[in-house]
Amino acid sequence: MPAQGGQHISSPVPLSTNRKGTTVHNASTTPEATETGAAAAIPSSNRWRVVDIVVASVIGVATGLVFLFWNNVGYAWFSAADAVTPGLGGVAVGIWLIGGVLGGLIIRKPGAALYVELLAAIVSALVGNQWGIETIYSGLAQGLGAELVFAAFGYKRFGVLQAVLAGAAAGAAAWTLELFLSGNLQKSAEFLGLYFVTVVLSGAILAGLLGWLVVRALAATGALHRFAAGRDVTERV
Amino acid sequence: MVSSAPRLRFVDRVNPVTRLAALVVLTTPLLLTVDWLSAAVALGIELVLFALAGVTPKLLVARTWPILVSAPIAGLSMLLYGQPEGTEYWSLWLARITDGSIELAVAVTVRVLAIGLPAALLFLRVDPTELADGLAQIAHLPARFVLGALGATRLVGLFVEDWRAMGLSRRARGIGDHGVIRRVATMAFALLVLAIRRGSKLATAMEARGFGSDTPRTWARVSTVGGSDAALLAIAAAVAALSIAVAVWAGTFNPVWS
Amino acid sequence: MSGSTSAVGPVRVEARGWGWRHAGRLRWALDGIDLRIAPGERVLLLGPSGSGKSSLLHALAGVHGGDDEGEERGSLLIDGARAGGARGRAGLVLQDPDSQVILARVGDDVAFGCENLGVPRDETWQRVAEALDAVGLDLPLDHPTSALSGGQKQRLALAGALAMRPGLLLLDEPTANLDPSGVAEVRAAVARVLDRTGATFVVVEHRVDVWVDLVDRVVALGSDGRLLADGPPDEVLERHREALLAAGVWVPGAPLPIERRADAAGSRSAQAILVGEQLAVGRRRGAVVRAGLDVALAEGCSTVLTGPNGVGKSTLALTLGGLLEPLGGRVAASAPLAGRLVPEPIRWRSRDLLTRIGTVFQEPEHQFVASTVRAEVAVAPHALRLSGAEGSARADEVLTRLRLDHLAGANPFTLSGGEQRRLSVAAVLVARPRVIILDEPTFGQDRATWLELVRLLRELVDDGVTLLAVTHDAAFGEVLGDRRLDLVASDDAAASAPTGSAQ
Repeated sequence: MPAQGGQHISSPVPLSTNRKGTTVHNASTTPEATETGAAAAIPSSNRWRVVDIVVASVIGVATGLVFLFWNNVGYAWFSAADAVTPGLGGVAVGIWLIGGVLGGLIIRKPGAALYVELLAAIVSALVGNQWGIETIYSGLAQGLGAELVFAAFGYKRFGVLQAVLAGAAAGAAAWTLELFLSGNLQKSAEFLGLYFVTVVLSGAILAGLLGWLVVRALAATGALHRFAAGRDVTERV
Repeated sequence: MVSSAPRLRFVDRVNPVTRLAALVVLTTPLLLTVDWLSAAVALGIELVLFALAGVTPKLLVARTWPILVSAPIAGLSMLLYGQPEGTEYWSLWLARITDGSIELAVAVTVRVLAIGLPAALLFLRVDPTELADGLAQIAHLPARFVLGALGATRLVGLFVEDWRAMGLSRRARGIGDHGVIRRVATMAFALLVLAIRRGSKLATAMEARGFGSDTPRTWARVSTVGGSDAALLAIAAAVAALSIAVAVWAGTFNPVWS
Repeated sequence: MSGSTSAVGPVRVEARGWGWRHAGRLRWALDGIDLRIAPGERVLLLGPSGSGKSSLLHALAGVHGGDDEGEERGSLLIDGARAGGARGRAGLVLQDPDSQVILARVGDDVAFGCENLGVPRDETWQRVAEALDAVGLDLPLDHPTSALSGGQKQRLALAGALAMRPGLLLLDEPTANLDPSGVAEVRAAVARVLDRTGATFVVVEHRVDVWVDLVDRVVALGSDGRLLADGPPDEVLERHREALLAAGVWVPGAPLPIERRADAAGSRSAQAILVGEQLAVGRRRGAVVRAGLDVALAEGCSTVLTGPNGVGKSTLALTLGGLLEPLGGRVAASAPLAGRLVPEPIRWRSRDLLTRIGTVFQEPEHQFVASTVRAEVAVAPHALRLSGAEGSARADEVLTRLRLDHLAGANPFTLSGGEQRRLSVAAVLVARPRVIILDEPTFGQDRATWLELVRLLRELVDDGVTLLAVTHDAAFGEVLGDRRLDLVASDDAAASAPTGSAQ
């Protein structure tokens, strides 16, 4: 895959400024700039800065609001699919898993995937949804699933592969937890098998791939200029 | 979060953290079994308690309708795909309605209600600042994360205004009538951009006020727990214990791992 | 001795060969800065956007991020110690009122800084009361911060900084996002605070007239990130006038090289192109902000809509623009404007609005939908189903006219404030609407962007476009106020009727 993919944002004016007058890094094709970007891409510390905490929180809250919407729309799909097909309802699950992927890819710190997904779940639960406390347990499990993938890569690689795997792992974690929380162990093996496949695929695509695309597009807007994820847009593969 | 909600007797005097703990104590045991009796006992007691606290039927429906709608749907899935047992009444491909699946369906429906209602009603009125104070001072969660999350929740009001303005602008730009999915996607993305920008600025503002340094923090507001908190926890534990005990005694107890 | 306050006196600031470079950049945003500010001195810092003014302020406040975000060289000292080493020594107020309110209640928000510094509880609340008094915010401690006006939010931020008892007060364009009354509020509060505390003071702002009487020194940075000028206000503003004007600074007393529209007389007899009859407006059903409004927009004229905050100016403009449904009465377009459609704009399709009424939103980012400047401008031609050739010809034309052609491939969100404003206008112009409605088009713009924008809008009116602008900007009204609608603050129906609709 070419480094810039379909989102080539390099402009004839490599440097532009945002409204506050702080400079924003636009993707530049000059080799020097790419090198500097690559150097900045390696986080110098695993300690969370204030901006990491606050932006992770903002993403968590925003994702929680998306959940509230999806709890109605996505759940309608989920239940309709569930009623006619065994286990295919899992296709809708991916969106509920996107918090962990976004958190991991943007913040790039240990615990980010877990924190964002958990916070989104708490927001969704406290505002009120059909699952109550289960939501928080689900957030914990799903965030942990994504977190394990980023940890397995030593918090050093944040490409599309890691994103897709994190989404899939979050799906697998969700499936496992539901065996107990929703009493799914009481369902037939055929249902569970199909459900596993759809949940994991949905996680890989709707959370993993979509999350990766969103982060890449966010980086192109300059909004992530305080994060390594926003400074190495030309580095992504 | 919902400040327009009416005050509840007793519940509103309890620290939000205790309410969260009570929710865990009350509903976690119910998650361990899929049987109609434990769920029905818990649900019955919950309804009585909330009615005593001042929840009217109207308020109940207004605040918990998503739960009321989704409970039978969860039951339907179990009805069709629950582990078959006993007489089979109907089947189509993998879907089979049997004595066993009917019992499971009823159990799951009541269980969703028993677990979902207390969460919605205990947090009818919760002040995020109070919850955060409790989480940091009583539950001793890391203050930097608790306060960061609290700062983020304050931005929600701005997000709502952003969303409205963006909706109007889509109409002004000639793309307001078609392609709902695409339109909502462009708005959701722009919202995320604005949210991250605001978050970055908020982080700077918080740092400028000394947030995130290694100096030990003091708390201008004290979060306290007292008799009411103990009482709510005791009630939650009692309801959970009673529900499970009744199910075990009646022989309907059906742990999820069986 | 007030409690445990080691009441920090005014501090001394010293920069020696100081420079700052953002991570991932080759160019130093600031370099070779040598600067000494004596304790209690009051400095106005000027410079073109991108000259690193904010970076310097952030560095002094110790909030320019860690090594991840950039590198510095040289030294930047506060009372001889590294800037940022001791939190609470410097208090910083930022530009955006909405993004620096931290907590939901007024008292809690002011107390936040004290808590982080480890100030004991009783003393914290005492400091909160003092700080709120100093900035003149006479509100209950549990007053919701979301209910504050922009000027009140900025004074709240000032109180929050003040409660930390800083020896250095830093303001980063604190009034850029405020209306004139908000600006006056904040300026008065700052003056009072400085008189009480005697703190060293540095303010960044391109509207010089707001601060010039309050400071005793002006420091200007050049676009190369180095010092351009430093000295007493009158001397610097006089000697470097041209350079400062070129940098977009609003130098007091510099005349605007643009004239009032000449043929306002010719437009006096103009027909109404859009009328509101007994209008009630509001953002949501049941939330009427104003009722009983009778307004008319004269064809081919420029009308400015003024009035204090919160009287529903924007809501009225959006309602006239066919975006919000009237909550009472009706909006009707003239027959030539409506064409084959019904007279009520709210009943037109989104696509039909494009060539009739264009609306430019206050916040450009609210209207962006594409990932490049060019695609952004192509949205309207595409919605109008123009042919590819016609569409691109029009897009090229407006991009050139608004000097955005060199940015065609850039992402709209990465543009500067001035560029975003031009793009938001370009995206509307491309559809060639007969009426253009703008909400605070000159808000927070520097002088260069202001001139460019006002000239363009004047040209449009000269070409026969009807303009309605919601604005607090007196200079804008001078040039483009052929007609004025003044929405006064009152719930009395008679008084709420717009006044002075003709000159």
